[in-house]
Amino acid sequence: MDFDLSREHELIRRTVREFAEGEVAPVAEELDRTKSFPYEIVEKLGKLNLMGIPFPEEYGGGGGDTLAYALAVEELTRVDSSVAITLCAHTSLGTQPLYLFGSEEQKREWMPRLCSGERLGAFGLTEPEAGSDAGNTRTRARLEDGEWVIDGTKQFITNAGTDISGLVCITAVTGGEAADPAQPKEISNIIVPNGTPGYEQGEPYRKMGWNASDTRPLSFSDCRVPEENLLGPRGAGFKQFLHILDIGRIGVAAMGVGLAQGALDEALKYAKERRAFGKPISKFQAIQGKLADMSTEIAAARLLVYKAAREKDAGRNFTLTAAQAKLKTGRLAVRCAEEAVQIHGGYGFIEEYPVCRFYRDAKILTIGEGTDEVQQMVIARALGA
Amino acid sequence: MKICVLVKEVPDAAVEKRIDPSTGRMDRSGEKNLNPYDTHAIEAAMQIKEGGAVPVEEIVAVTMGPDSAVRALHKAVSLGADRSVHLSDPAVAGSDVAATGYALAKTLQRESPDLVLLGQQSDDGECYTIGAVVAEHLGMPSLTQVIKMDVESDALRCERQAEYGYDTVQIKLPAVISVGDAINEPRYPSLKAIMGAKKKPLDAITAADAEIDASKVGGENSAAQWIAAKAPPAKAAGEIIEDEDTGETVEKIIAWLDERKLI
Ligand SMILES: Cc1cc2nc3c(=O)[nH]c(=O)nc-3n(C[C@H](O)[C@H](O)[C@H](O)COP(=O)(O)OP(=O)(O)OC[C@H]3O[C@@H](n4cnc5c(N)ncnc54)[C@H](O)[C@@H]3O)c2cc1C
Ligand SMILES: Cc1cc2nc3c(=O)[nH]c(=O)nc-3n(C[C@H](O)[C@H](O)[C@H](O)COP(=O)(O)OP(=O)(O)OC[C@H]3O[C@@H](n4cnc5c(N)ncnc54)[C@H](O)[C@@H]3O)c2cc1C
Repeated sequence: MDFDLSREHELIRRTVREFAEGEVAPVAEELDRTKSFPYEIVEKLGKLNLMGIPFPEEYGGGGGDTLAYALAVEELTRVDSSVAITLCAHTSLGTQPLYLFGSEEQKREWMPRLCSGERLGAFGLTEPEAGSDAGNTRTRARLEDGEWVIDGTKQFITNAGTDISGLVCITAVTGGEAADPAQPKEISNIIVPNGTPGYEQGEPYRKMGWNASDTRPLSFSDCRVPEENLLGPRGAGFKQFLHILDIGRIGVAAMGVGLAQGALDEALKYAKERRAFGKPISKFQAIQGKLADMSTEIAAARLLVYKAAREKDAGRNFTLTAAQAKLKTGRLAVRCAEEAVQIHGGYGFIEEYPVCRFYRDAKILTIGEGTDEVQQMVIARALGA
Repeated sequence: MKICVLVKEVPDAAVEKRIDPSTGRMDRSGEKNLNPYDTHAIEAAMQIKEGGAVPVEEIVAVTMGPDSAVRALHKAVSLGADRSVHLSDPAVAGSDVAATGYALAKTLQRESPDLVLLGQQSDDGECYTIGAVVAEHLGMPSLTQVIKMDVESDALRCERQAEYGYDTVQIKLPAVISVGDAINEPRYPSLKAIMGAKKKPLDAITAADAEIDASKVGGENSAAQWIAAKAPPAKAAGEIIEDEDTGETVEKIIAWLDERKLI
């Protein structure tokens, strides 16, 4: 068993760390405060091939693997979650469905622009009545004169409403329920390009965190796209999105580790500088206990994330490990952010310190891409419970 | 034009300098990185190549160091060097500046470069002198702390950062030039460059390959020995003046400053 990263992986990690510290850290606070989408950073990430890490070079991708992707996401989140989720949702949710299920023509049309960061991809699964119960899709698409006519709404969608958003891949009911309500609905994935008449992006939500990331409701009303915009076979949508979510969990789990590590790094730095009772607070056992626990938990969680990535890269089933990694790291991120604020005392409650933002950014990690309770369901199912 | 860039693997800037008591050498067990100044040297080479004023056939990254130093070379080729040379031999371990400069010069002789670039200082040894020693052995002119470089056929017009301003110096090629960090803003290696670096040739050579006289290199044959490192003395705790009456406080501060002849 080899716990060392390869030379390439090590250099990817280091490069993204240097990028995050050099390009993201100086603007993270302002982007968050002004709720501004990080266009310039996305452009730079694109130039470094980081907007399409795990996709082959023939489609404009970076030619990396899942581990490389996880390392990059981890290092970005260590500095800023909004930037990280922008890359993460674009890669695992926006581009991945096209890569996995798209026709050669669809891939040739979209992948190069997505992988270069010129356009962003989004994934529209969640609806007002379909969150954890993601199969409870209400958005409908009916075939009419060689076109899909789409009606419905989507909730909480990342990356769909920016100036560079290129497409959203949505789940829609394409048949089944009308004929026999007892039958499972036929769900399919359909590509809807931005700019299609009848497809509107609502106002961005006012969020607790991820303030520089774009999240909006979407509406489709008499929205028509060509029949060829169907992704993969008709009716395969349910299976497809479960697979996409499996992969997505590795990315979000990497975010959890990254945020936790960022919180620890900030807390350690602060604890060595801040003095009370005549010495640095890092010399107090109570503070040391927190730092030691955080570092131990992070080291353990990181192995779980890398294992999930490795399993995927080896072509093995990674559903269980990815769900475990997601469950473990989301909670860890929340806890480490809380401890980091605690170690900062009152200053941790003030926005001048990054841990304040980390605290707000952490909570979504136990909710998005499958809540903790959903991960528990997935894990228990794998255990045969 | 053929450019060789000297690169060194150094402990990461975040790591504290420490002597390994068992060897008396720097403890290099922690995280390492390519010496930051050397990334500026590679970027300078890339800018000459991309600038197009003279055709650059090749940029070669050269290092002397243990096995782990291939990571520094990997980064160097990811940043644009076309290939790399790794001088690795137990015989050169622990060399001082004079011995390192000699060994690097012998390694460079195999390449016959038109221009040798290097960082003005390493993050660990910080001797600022390797360029001069290398130039001496190669019989080439040398410039240090260069922050601007323009190619003029067989010469370079350089600006040096001097203590109180800037010097402009014209230098004939071939030459050895050490660069400061103000010279450019190094790029980040792209993912494709990192993945493609493996395919660029890496030439691993021994001291014998470079025709290095073993009696002139290594810790045993080095006249300079690094024996200790300690942090600067901690600053004494400041004096806190409670502000009860502002007029009085101001007087106290003035008296304090006056006592130390600061005003
Ligand atoms: C900032 C942000 C960005 C997002 N980006 C996207 C995106 O790009 N694309 C997209 O499709 N979605 C996105 N989402 C949606 C996200 O994935 C959902 O919010 C999440 O899956 C939970 O669904 P819900 O909000 O409907 O909660 P609900 O499903 O209503 O859950 C409410 C609570 O009930 C619990 N619960 C539900 N069912 C069970 C059960 N069977 N057993 C036990 N407990 C249960 C849940 O765990 C949770 O605690 C985003 C959300 C946010 C906030
Ligand atoms: C803390 C410390 C203090 C030391 N003090 C002394 C001393 O006072 N006198 C002495 O003789 N030796 C000293 N040494 C040993 C010295 O560091 C080594 O000989 C080293 O190989 C060269 O010195 P430098 O890195 O300081 O060179 P610098 O002149 O600071 O380095 C300038 C540039 O030279 C290039 N370069 C340096 N080393 C290599 C290499 N191995 N391979 C490729 N390129 C290289 C790089 O481009 C670097 O940016 C010291 C070492 C340490 C760790």
